[in-house]
Amino acid sequence: MRPKLTLLSDEIIARILEEAYELLLKPGIKVQNEEARELLAKAGAKIDPETHVAQIPASLVHKALESVPREFYLYDYDGNPTVHYGGDSVHFDPGSSGIAMLNAETLEHDTTETEHLIRLLKVAEQLSQYDAQSTAVICHDVPKEIQDSYRLYLVLLHSKKPIVTGAFTNKTVQEMIDMLAIFAGSKEAASKKPRAIFDVCPAPPLIWSNFGAGNLIALARAGIPAEIVSVPLSGAAAPVTMLGTVTQHTAECFAGIVIHQLAHAGSPIVWGGAAAIFDMRKGATPMGAVETAMLDCSYAQVAKTLNMPTHTYLGATDSKLVDAQAGLESGISAMVGALSGINMISGSGMLDFLACHSAEKLVIDAEGIAMAKRMIGGVKLHTDTLATGFYDDKINFKGGDFLKQKVTMQLFREEQHLPSSVIDRDSTRAWKAAGSLDAFGRAKLRVNELLASYKRPEIDPEKLSRLHAFTLDLAKKAGIEELPRLEDYQPA
Amino acid sequence: MSEELFKQMAQSIIDGDSDLSVELAKKAIEINMHPLEAITKGFVVGVNYIGDQFGAGEAFLPELVMAGEAMKAAVATLEPELLKLGSARETMGRVVLATVEGDIHEIGKTLVGTMLSASGFEVTDLGVDQPADKIIGKALEIDAHIIGMSALLTTTMVRQREVIEELDKEGLRPRIKVMVGGAPITRDWFQKIKADGYSEDAVGAVKIAKELVGKADQ
Ligand code: B12
Repeated sequence: MRPKLTLLSDEIIARILEEAYELLLKPGIKVQNEEARELLAKAGAKIDPETHVAQIPASLVHKALESVPREFYLYDYDGNPTVHYGGDSVHFDPGSSGIAMLNAETLEHDTTETEHLIRLLKVAEQLSQYDAQSTAVICHDVPKEIQDSYRLYLVLLHSKKPIVTGAFTNKTVQEMIDMLAIFAGSKEAASKKPRAIFDVCPAPPLIWSNFGAGNLIALARAGIPAEIVSVPLSGAAAPVTMLGTVTQHTAECFAGIVIHQLAHAGSPIVWGGAAAIFDMRKGATPMGAVETAMLDCSYAQVAKTLNMPTHTYLGATDSKLVDAQAGLESGISAMVGALSGINMISGSGMLDFLACHSAEKLVIDAEGIAMAKRMIGGVKLHTDTLATGFYDDKINFKGGDFLKQKVTMQLFREEQHLPSSVIDRDSTRAWKAAGSLDAFGRAKLRVNELLASYKRPEIDPEKLSRLHAFTLDLAKKAGIEELPRLEDYQPA
Repeated sequence: MSEELFKQMAQSIIDGDSDLSVELAKKAIEINMHPLEAITKGFVVGVNYIGDQFGAGEAFLPELVMAGEAMKAAVATLEPELLKLGSARETMGRVVLATVEGDIHEIGKTLVGTMLSASGFEVTDLGVDQPADKIIGKALEIDAHIIGMSALLTTTMVRQREVIEELDKEGLRPRIKVMVGGAPITRDWFQKIKADGYSEDAVGAVKIAKELVGKADQ
């Protein structure tokens, strides 16, 4: 009895698909990458040589949808398939590419450096709610040329989990693919059991930029999974209506999948996004708005009718602090994502429109995720009778009777999620004795516990030194002689 | 009679009604009203009103943008008449706006452009992914007072510095002032690259731009 949230009728979904096909022809898709235009032209799309607008016929989409994998896995360091893209599987990972981190003491948004990313990695590595790590923040202490690849280096060093990442240029995507190949042993191995997936963004409305399309092609050819992150912003970079926005999202995904499958049929690609409404008072892109969650639920439903793997950005907040707004926006939206059966839900830990990360928020969000996962676990039938079997001879109409039953001991863990110390269920007396802390205060303690208990996973030293040499080489080309010193890893 | 017309003009802007603002501009020409008078006593009053309302959280972006469009349409109608009279409209200043090379984030920059236009600046928006030479070239071509650069990525914000260094090398500053913005742009960065102004939002951008052209009080 797994609960599911759907917002669209079959009839509306059919109309969304129909109009998305129309958008691919009129106004068409602006494709700013030459190679992508060549691929499209060769396959029969009409392309305006001046404006670079491609008219992509539905037949190309149908063909691409035939070759695209309906499901695939990401693998952990040990080669176990731990993230399933496909069906209604639900996974969460911390948000990506933040540029600041909440300092839990000063409450300032500090500019992020190596130490901040490592802090987040250590925390997320030990929380089972996060099935994957992400390249969560940018490290400003390395040159810009390596800011995207260096994040991946740090994740590979500190984690065994699968990784949701992304590249900022067509050059660095190649470098990052090479890093994965070093770890996997070869390029073939890296694509056979992919450890990481790369976010790739079309630019709303209806543009596949040189950079975005270039990355799609590179990833398709390398056989490394790509995740389309289409970001239609209702009322600014997309129609103001939800249905209009979801239709544009569909067209952007269609075009992306076509380019990707033309580059290499059969490579894995995900129907994803970070759709949001546009706030008309502040000119902002609220990730915590309920409409944002509704857009994501809707486009996931469209994806599911096409049997595509799914991704979204939820579980984040626009608040600047880890406060009540953060809790309610993150919790509610994580719940919507889970109920929508979205395969990978990115965004936990993030504040301030995806600009700022927080380790404290990560541990609180983990509780929200646990609640969402418990919810989709559904109400289960555990016993032959529903209730009557519980009322045996020993029942003497007292409140504590059921505590004495063996079945209570056996089943309570399955029925109930046991929250961490972040969630307060103490008596007032015990709560006061523990320092009268609020959730943020408890989260700070939990973060410190996790930082203390973290041990860097055992990773083949040979691989590590090759990875280090590769990254150092990139760093030298970017003008620095050494990589920032790490506490847990000293290269030989 | 004019008072009533001025009121209608302002209202047409507030309502974001380009058809009406054009019609009223034509009417002004018909009755031989000086175009500058129509602009300053009529249309601009509407723009200022909606700008203030937006600043106070009472008006919303679509209203602001539509008002800007209605203003543009009215001014475009009056411009030929102004030229005939030989009295070019004095704008707040000319601004070249762009998102820097390697960066395709468009929306924030466009919003800043809208607000600047609505506030009387003449804005040339080059779009996204613009290399330094294009930005500087355009600024020279239109004799810009201000270059405004947007960067949303930590990996592209350095391009702002490159443009500033290039301008310095060519001795084009302080003639051309530089204003920067975008999510990763902080006061620290703005000071480090020695830009002339920075703002975290579009309302602030207008304030800074006015300061940079020495018209902070307008
Ligand atoms: C929407 C969005 C996109 C859209 C842009 C769509 C479009 N047509 O513009 C798309 C999907 C294309 C996109 C792509 C990418 N994005 Co993006 N994107 C965003 C997002 C969510 C919102 C930006 C936005 O439009 N905000 C709304 C506008 C109104 O606000 P604003 O831009 O900040 O502008 C205001 C002020 O900054 C200021 N301002 C702006 N410009 C100027 C200029 C001047 C002169 C002045 C005075 C003021 C000023 O005034 C504006 C109005 O108030 C941000 C998150 C964030 N918090 O910023 C990420 C974000 C900026 N993106 C990010 C990333 C990583 C990317 C990608 C690399 C992802 C990928 N792997 O493909 C690509 C980059 C592609 C490239 N080479 O440029 C990161 C940046 C990380 C970093 N290293 O800096 C962010 C922070 C999100 C995240 N955590 O991942 N993105």
